[in-house]
Amino acid sequence: MQRIGVFVCHCGTNIAATVDVKTVAETLGKEPGVVISQDYQYMCSESGQNLVKDAIKEHNLTGIVICSCSPRMHENTFRKAAAAAGLNPYLVEIANIREQCSWIHKEIATATEKAVILGRAAIAKVHLNAPLTAGESPVVKKALVIGGGIAGIQTALDIAEAGFDVDIVEKNPTIGGKMAQIDKTFPTLDCAACILTPKMVEASQNERITIRSFSEVTDVKGFVGNFTVKIKKKARYVDETKCTGCGLCTEKCPMKKVPNEFNMGLDNRSAVYIPFAQAVPKVATIDPNYCMMLKTGKCGVCSKVCSVGAINYKQQDEIIEEKYGAIIVATGFNPISLDKYDEFAYGQSPDVVTSLELERLMNAAGPNGGTLLRPSDKTHPHTIVFVQCVGSRCDDSKGKPYCSKICCMYTAKHAMLIREKYPDTEVYVFYIDVRTPGKNFDEFYRRAVEQYNVHYIKGMVGKVTPKSDGKIDVQASDLLANEQLHINADMVVLAAAIEPDKTARPLATMLTTQMDTNDFFTEAHPKLRPVESATAGIFLSGACQGPKDIPETVAQASAAAAKAIGLLCKNSITCNPCVAHSNELMCNGCSSCEKVCPYGAITYIDKEFRMPDRTTKVRRVASVNPAVCQGCGACTVACPSGAMDLNGFSNSQIMAEVDAICK
Amino acid sequence: MQVNDNKEFQPLIVAFCCNWCSYAGADLSGTNRLNYPTNVKIIRVPCSCRVNPMFILRAFQKGADGVILCGCHPGDCHYTSGNYFTRRRMTLLFSMLDFLGIERDRTRVEWVSAAEGAKFAATMNEFTEAVKKLGPNRRLEDLRCRKQ
Ligand code: FES
Repeated sequence: MQRIGVFVCHCGTNIAATVDVKTVAETLGKEPGVVISQDYQYMCSESGQNLVKDAIKEHNLTGIVICSCSPRMHENTFRKAAAAAGLNPYLVEIANIREQCSWIHKEIATATEKAVILGRAAIAKVHLNAPLTAGESPVVKKALVIGGGIAGIQTALDIAEAGFDVDIVEKNPTIGGKMAQIDKTFPTLDCAACILTPKMVEASQNERITIRSFSEVTDVKGFVGNFTVKIKKKARYVDETKCTGCGLCTEKCPMKKVPNEFNMGLDNRSAVYIPFAQAVPKVATIDPNYCMMLKTGKCGVCSKVCSVGAINYKQQDEIIEEKYGAIIVATGFNPISLDKYDEFAYGQSPDVVTSLELERLMNAAGPNGGTLLRPSDKTHPHTIVFVQCVGSRCDDSKGKPYCSKICCMYTAKHAMLIREKYPDTEVYVFYIDVRTPGKNFDEFYRRAVEQYNVHYIKGMVGKVTPKSDGKIDVQASDLLANEQLHINADMVVLAAAIEPDKTARPLATMLTTQMDTNDFFTEAHPKLRPVESATAGIFLSGACQGPKDIPETVAQASAAAAKAIGLLCKNSITCNPCVAHSNELMCNGCSSCEKVCPYGAITYIDKEFRMPDRTTKVRRVASVNPAVCQGCGACTVACPSGAMDLNGFSNSQIMAEVDAICK
Repeated sequence: MQVNDNKEFQPLIVAFCCNWCSYAGADLSGTNRLNYPTNVKIIRVPCSCRVNPMFILRAFQKGADGVILCGCHPGDCHYTSGNYFTRRRMTLLFSMLDFLGIERDRTRVEWVSAAEGAKFAATMNEFTEAVKKLGPNRRLEDLRCRKQ
């Protein structure tokens, strides 16, 4: 026989002003199974909780109902109180008579009536509650960082520093990401490579960090503390363990006409290549799309010149399986493709470039050795026009609705660097708004305008037309002077919007994390949990979560590392006991539940059953992994035989609530 | 609103709300003191996809006059895909109920996020009005279940 206690809270006057709490307590006291029904000023206070605890002990209660505020508020408080009094915490139910009753209704009579009904429903449910125990599952003390840009490197370094093993998976042949391609950083104008490359080296030398370059994550299974990840190590046709990175093969390779992606295709590289001088790992990679040996079987020069015999044309993709406790996503960003922007003549003239291409053009390790020359005829440009917000803050389907955040600052940086190095070059910047929030950012922008005389013009560029004399006509409007302008430019630089990397979406599916409509990963809470994803054990680092500059990226990377370390420090984690379970006697192994489970928590096992005639029969039945199941209940509805049920929200419990409300 | 003062018909409305978005949205309309009728009684479920069509049938059978199911916006489900199942299941169920004589206006699926307290209250006001216009549910009610 159930012995249920009901406790009605006044919440000061929050509840008591609109709900007649005494009547509620009295009426509910007459419900079957209820042995004690009390009301109190503040149930959640110390003395209120003691009242509950004492009642549990004194009346030997088998379940309690608290009529109070939302369970989202104090369910845990009362569960803890119950546990302290020796009652299983899952034998507590809350009737929400504040947020969903007293606060929304005005009439005392009807509000009281509703409060009684809500209380009844909770009593009906608690009758059927079963004691549950939260399981524990061990934590694998190793983290996976996906993406080897500055975000991934920083996260990995921090985690390694705390004493845990970390793997970095990077899809390119080297780590370093976008920052490796950047020339100088704002607002200090120090050289990006000078601050990045030591970090890359540090990561490669740290014995706790394993860099898996030229690899991709292909499958993720498991759950917080215990992920099993498949990583595809793409064939680079070079034995990493043997290659010393001497670069002789890249010099001798006869195939030299491959667009160099590190320099944004502005020059060429050979078919066997090392992306850049400071690459980590410094190992050659053969590009199978261009290598003559791999394509036609004739050549083999690199294997002849390699003194350590590292070249292996027969290398195959390899799948590695590893276990991790935490996963940090650091997949970063890319500039958008400008194919749809015909009006800016990108693709029609080599002298219309994106900002990232300009970075390479100005970089000492870039195609021109650091001298800014027009890509078309290698002459010095005298007039340069910058176009802001290309694809950012666009309402149409062509661009992105958000602000890419970093463009205003890097354009000011470019303009300043050009004016400093080539004072005879006129620089125009067309902008919609200049946005420079950040430490020393606005000062930096003002310096570009005031000290370096960069012409900032508020207005949009309407059309860019390459002319036959090699110049470029830029037609624009000056909104402040209200006039149309034509500028005869030598070069045009487009501040292309940035978007999440293309690999992010398939990865989000594998990780069962959420993304927004722009494919940025969604954080668990925009204010209070900005570096965690809503999926436990998955953390977000850097621009995969939203546009960011380098300091913000590094800050977020360290924050994500701190969260991951917090998880890795634990030996085990408690799991939510409100998970699905299947009644094996009713299950007929139809697989309906497995198909709807978003977590892959359901597997099938062959089980022996004793039949009435004493024979045994082997049947396929569903089995739920309670550590993987998150308790959504999709399977319970999909199950045609009613074998699946959910702890804490069972079919009979919800039915009982429906019945109590409809009585 | 008074219960039976002027003998106005007071429908009984059962609202299933998913824990992560809609239940929080309902709480928010309380926190913001946005009124909606007492006719609406909320049942908390972990996800909108936890709602078995049987629960809805049972509610109608036991005398509910309208049933509304609230979940996270498509794409925002805490469990990634739960509300897509809800959407498909309920489209089927509601057309079947319509065939049985439970008018379309008595059933509804609504996406309410945790931030949409105002939307929750407005939806409940609207829905209650719509059900009120239809009068009591006589089609599926099992008279043996009725209170004497
Ligand atoms: S959790 Fe809200 S609909 Fe799935």
